[in-house]
Amino acid sequence: MITFAAFIGSVELGMVYAILALGVFLSFRTLNTPDLTVDGSIVTGAAASAMICSLGGNPVLALAVSFVFGAMAGIITALLNTKLKIQPLLAGILVMLGAYSINLRIMGNKSNIALTKSDTIYKMTKEIFPGTYTSLVLGILIVAAVITLLFFFLKTRLGFALRATGDNEDMVRASGISSDQMKVFGLSLSNGLVGLAGGLLAQYQSYADIGMGVGMVVIGLASVIVGEAIFGTRSLIRRLIAVALGAILYRLAIAVALAAGMPANDLKLVSALIVTVALALGVMGENFSFTGKNSKNGKTGKPGKIRSRIQQKVGE
Amino acid sequence: MLKIDGITKTFGKGTINEKIAINDLSLDMDRGEFITIIGNNGAGKSTLMNCISGVFPVDSGTILLDGEDLTRQPEYKRARHIGRVFQDPLKGTAFDMTIEENLSIAICKNRFHGLQPGISRKDREYFRERLALLEMGLENRMNQKAKLLSGGQRQALTLFMSIISEPKLLLLDEHTAALDPAAARKVLELTNLFTREKNLTTLMITHNMKAALENGTRTILMRDGQILMDVRGEERKNMTVETLIAKFEIDNDRMLLD
Ligand SMILES: Nc1ncnc2c1ncn2[C@@H]1O[C@H](COP(=O)(O)OP(=O)(O)OP(=O)(O)O)[C@@H](O)[C@H]1O
Ligand SMILES: [Mg+2]
Repeated sequence: MITFAAFIGSVELGMVYAILALGVFLSFRTLNTPDLTVDGSIVTGAAASAMICSLGGNPVLALAVSFVFGAMAGIITALLNTKLKIQPLLAGILVMLGAYSINLRIMGNKSNIALTKSDTIYKMTKEIFPGTYTSLVLGILIVAAVITLLFFFLKTRLGFALRATGDNEDMVRASGISSDQMKVFGLSLSNGLVGLAGGLLAQYQSYADIGMGVGMVVIGLASVIVGEAIFGTRSLIRRLIAVALGAILYRLAIAVALAAGMPANDLKLVSALIVTVALALGVMGENFSFTGKNSKNGKTGKPGKIRSRIQQKVGE
Repeated sequence: MLKIDGITKTFGKGTINEKIAINDLSLDMDRGEFITIIGNNGAGKSTLMNCISGVFPVDSGTILLDGEDLTRQPEYKRARHIGRVFQDPLKGTAFDMTIEENLSIAICKNRFHGLQPGISRKDREYFRERLALLEMGLENRMNQKAKLLSGGQRQALTLFMSIISEPKLLLLDEHTAALDPAAARKVLELTNLFTREKNLTTLMITHNMKAALENGTRTILMRDGQILMDVRGEERKNMTVETLIAKFEIDNDRMLLD
């Protein structure tokens, strides 16, 4: 269906998208809010990374800056939500819109930056370890590190507080924890990962473009939902790996579709359809298992929180 | 211990729906006192608790707990000294987290939330030992998610979570009302066990007048955001549901039925 080289390329790209998916997982599952900041913060990360690389800066430092800039976008969204009481979806849209101008500024008022002549983390590793699989191994290592850190983090006291915030804010406040602070923290971590994904993406394709963020949140959601559906949610570690695999699968599916002759212009439509179908199947699957042994919400499911049926959260 | 001085709470101020839910109310509580609160629907019982726990700010008056002024503190800060159980069993636990994870959040109320392991081995052993007191077998299900528990089990767990960090004040808002009679009895039994053991200062709202007189050390009756009656000691001991009804012309069907 696709050439071996295209296969490897898709998996390499999938590793980058896996980090995006893990970021989206944090907001969508752990905090229980779909966060639209992502479409902006991924470009912020890419812009910062591309700019630093093109100026001859250290590519690893560039990635750290991508993380921090992405996290700042998340903090703004969370503050709009918690301090100004703007609905989470709207807050995300506002930041996404505002980020467009900021991103252009970061990119020096150009709509794209090419890194063909600049150092990137991929080129650097290739120089030290030349070979076909270098970029792939690098991607796997980065994703493995992110998953490991996330796993241990979600098992700490702070991680518990974060997870409980998506579950039951009343309980969190009654436990002496500021749910507002948790939202700020959670969205900053989530968008930090998204920014990191953007930074890596720019270095991987040696290219950053002001319009590259469109639909990224949908791709992230698709990866989370499809990954969980296929690879399972039994334990937290399994769930994190499933989300990452979902992103890789998504890239492979796109590669196959393109090779089969799908016009590249239809990509976004197909992404939207995938998420729609996945969400619909998710709802049906939940109802199906409602009485079963693996019932997600049990018979004591939260009234008025049907939404949570499609948005099961992290945990054992 | 708890000193409430002239608090007032008005909802919908300046609108046609303006409602004075708490009207210049004062209440003094000694350490270890267990007050049961009764009153008809809309008397302001829940509002009183929400004012104490900081769910919303009061219009005027002050609330002191153990000498500390809580009046302007945000809800989550006050929560460090206050344990709470709500009527709705779903409100007290994080449903998608395990029993032990829920307990750990409760026991860490006054600890720093950093990158320490969420549950220490010591805490886990303590949970297991103490959960056995509930006699519901929860000590063997600590890795199951809270959403798998029945209403009674959940409420018992929430009660346990609310006292595990030894709060200065325990607030119970009809915490047995949503349970079947057997579970309600069990949870009330546990309430007495825990409050006596730790000598907790407790406020308990109930719509069952008999339970109000039989449990605790003092009973107050609320109406229209004020305290209409406040009895303790001998006077309370000699009080029956019948005298209570006659004296205060209580016409609340819900209270009579129980
Ligand atoms: N958040 C709110 N917004 C507006 N009005 C409210 C709010 N909470 C309570 N009220 C009003 O304040 C009054 C007191 O309500 P409260 O819930 O304290 O009564 P209660 O004594 O707990 O009654 P019940 O026995 O039914 O629980 C009622 O008239 C109620 O409608
Ligand atoms: Mg009430």
